Amino acid sequence: MSNVVLLALTGLGLGALYFLIASGLSLIFGLADVLNFAHGLFLAVGAYGTWWSSTHLGFPFVPAVAFGVVAGTATAVLVETLLIRPLYRRTIEQVLVTVGLSLAGVALLQAAFGADPLTFPRPEWATGTTRILGAIVPNDRFLLIGAAVVVLVAIQVFLRRTRFGLIVRAGVEDRTMVTALGINVRTAFTLVFAIGGAAAALAGALAGVYFGNVSPGQGTSLLIFAFIVVVIGGMGSVTGSAVAAVLVGLVQQFTSFYAAAGVGEASVVLLLAVVLLARPGGLAGRAA
Amino acid sequence: MTTTADASGTVSVDDLRPRPASPRRRWVRRGVPVAAFAVLAILPFSTLDLPGLLPGPANSPGSLQLLAVCLVFAGLAATYDLLFGRTGLLSFGHALYVALGSYTVNIAVTKLGLTLPAALLLAVLVGLVVPALLGAVALRVNGIAFAMVTLATAQVGSILVMSDPGRLTGGEEGLPLAPDAIPAFLSGVANTANLYWLALGYLVLVLAVIAWVVASEPGRVWEAIRENERRVSVLGLQPYRFRLLAFVIASFLATLGGVVHLFLVGGSSPQITTSNFTLAFLVMVVLGGTGSRWGAMLGGVLYTYLDHRLAALGTSDAVAGLPEVLRAPLSEPLFVLGVLFIVMVYFLPGGLASLTARLRGRTR
Repeated sequence: MSNVVLLALTGLGLGALYFLIASGLSLIFGLADVLNFAHGLFLAVGAYGTWWSSTHLGFPFVPAVAFGVVAGTATAVLVETLLIRPLYRRTIEQVLVTVGLSLAGVALLQAAFGADPLTFPRPEWATGTTRILGAIVPNDRFLLIGAAVVVLVAIQVFLRRTRFGLIVRAGVEDRTMVTALGINVRTAFTLVFAIGGAAAALAGALAGVYFGNVSPGQGTSLLIFAFIVVVIGGMGSVTGSAVAAVLVGLVQQFTSFYAAAGVGEASVVLLLAVVLLARPGGLAGRAA
Repeated sequence: MTTTADASGTVSVDDLRPRPASPRRRWVRRGVPVAAFAVLAILPFSTLDLPGLLPGPANSPGSLQLLAVCLVFAGLAATYDLLFGRTGLLSFGHALYVALGSYTVNIAVTKLGLTLPAALLLAVLVGLVVPALLGAVALRVNGIAFAMVTLATAQVGSILVMSDPGRLTGGEEGLPLAPDAIPAFLSGVANTANLYWLALGYLVLVLAVIAWVVASEPGRVWEAIRENERRVSVLGLQPYRFRLLAFVIASFLATLGGVVHLFLVGGSSPQITTSNFTLAFLVMVVLGGTGSRWGAMLGGVLYTYLDHRLAALGTSDAVAGLPEVLRAPLSEPLFVLGVLFIVMVYFLPGGLASLTARLRGRTR
């Protein structure tokens, strides 16, 4: 029983990380058709921003995370306005540019901070454990889950209750129509990049807490699972991403524990194959 | 799901036929490559010294090794172009098949004690069966979803290799090739020239096979699928079958490339299983020019050469004199290559291969 509780909470924690990355990816892909490989860079900027402000400026944990998130958001907005926007409607070129960015950006971080993992400054309370139903659960799991829930609610409120959210939702549905109605969708592009960048940077900071260190390549491996989550959830759907993230996190944890290491990842891919064969549009997608 | 092909306009049947070239152009088109490959073939007999460009004289083991690696990657890039440039399949899992060739032969001879011919036969079988099975599933979806499925399957391969099942793959350390497992003429520094010819032979084989299949009937259909898939299905052909054919051929050739790579570097390292390894092929193909006869090859040579030589540049005196802000990024080959790649996407979308056409257009 205690194993099940610990695995479930760890799986949810991992799912929370995946959701933070996947929500932005999904929105960006749904609205702007950009498969954003640079998302791993936003994540790494968030992680290194948090680490840097904490060790060099002596920030406490929460302001340090805020610093990292601001840095990640700024990077995302810069990337969108300077590099993605001029290639509007040339989807493949946009993907290629983000691939180039992810290569160059990770190399730049490596040049600046070294290739070795750096110890991440974890707050005192996140290193402790809590007893739940007989299971000893590290506190950082609750931090991850809590952050993901807050972000999920915030994004939903933004999408459902604000004018910009309405434009984003309409743009995901039918971009041509929104443009035809005289609404400038490109502002919304910058906006979804900013939201995605902020969520990814938060994920980077929290991944630092979860793994205990930061390294330049960390974003890349998380990004691959986030891509899987986006495809399973249905591209463009934040709710779908949330459901898929929980599913992927739990499947990965339980199969890794009860089978062998490596089987967890394989079963996630199996899940992806099954979902795609049954519902090519993903869980939230319209059945094709 | 968005379809990418529709917007690019219609294809007439005439566009699918190769245009007749003038006699002079035809001579240049055939003669220049033959001459270039002849020069490459006799290079190990030359003592030509290009200081700065090569680590030593052209026939020194260091130079030959570098050139051989460039040639293998040129061939691998050409196999990736068969998917991306010729058929329009954006795969993020090509590394899996390179690793498949390298690890299959390596494990067979080093761990299972098979003879080399048996191991090669096994690699050929695996290189045909695995892509056929994985491709049959992955190609059920198109576009970005296909890219994601290939990315995910390759990631599983990578994790499998890293986790070292049954102590077969050597995990993160990689698996060195047993020195007595391969024939004497392919091992040792003194025989680098033979490895170089092996790499050159692989490149010629790949280019010949691709030139042949692209000119064949399926090749025309691939081009048509890339341009306008819906039209192909309306014409009564099944794009799925032709895609699968392209996928299996490209993956099989990549598997062979993995075997050559294994002999060349004397082992299998988990680096060749990562998604970054596949991204490198994408960069090579776009640098050189997609869907052209020589583009991917040029891109592969350029990328590999820069990747190896930029590391040397990073520690050279010219760079050491620069301030820290400039020196640190320049010592990272991937930073320079990534920036170069972005610049190319912006300013030379057709890649290096389109450069000749552009120059010709300007002088006319």
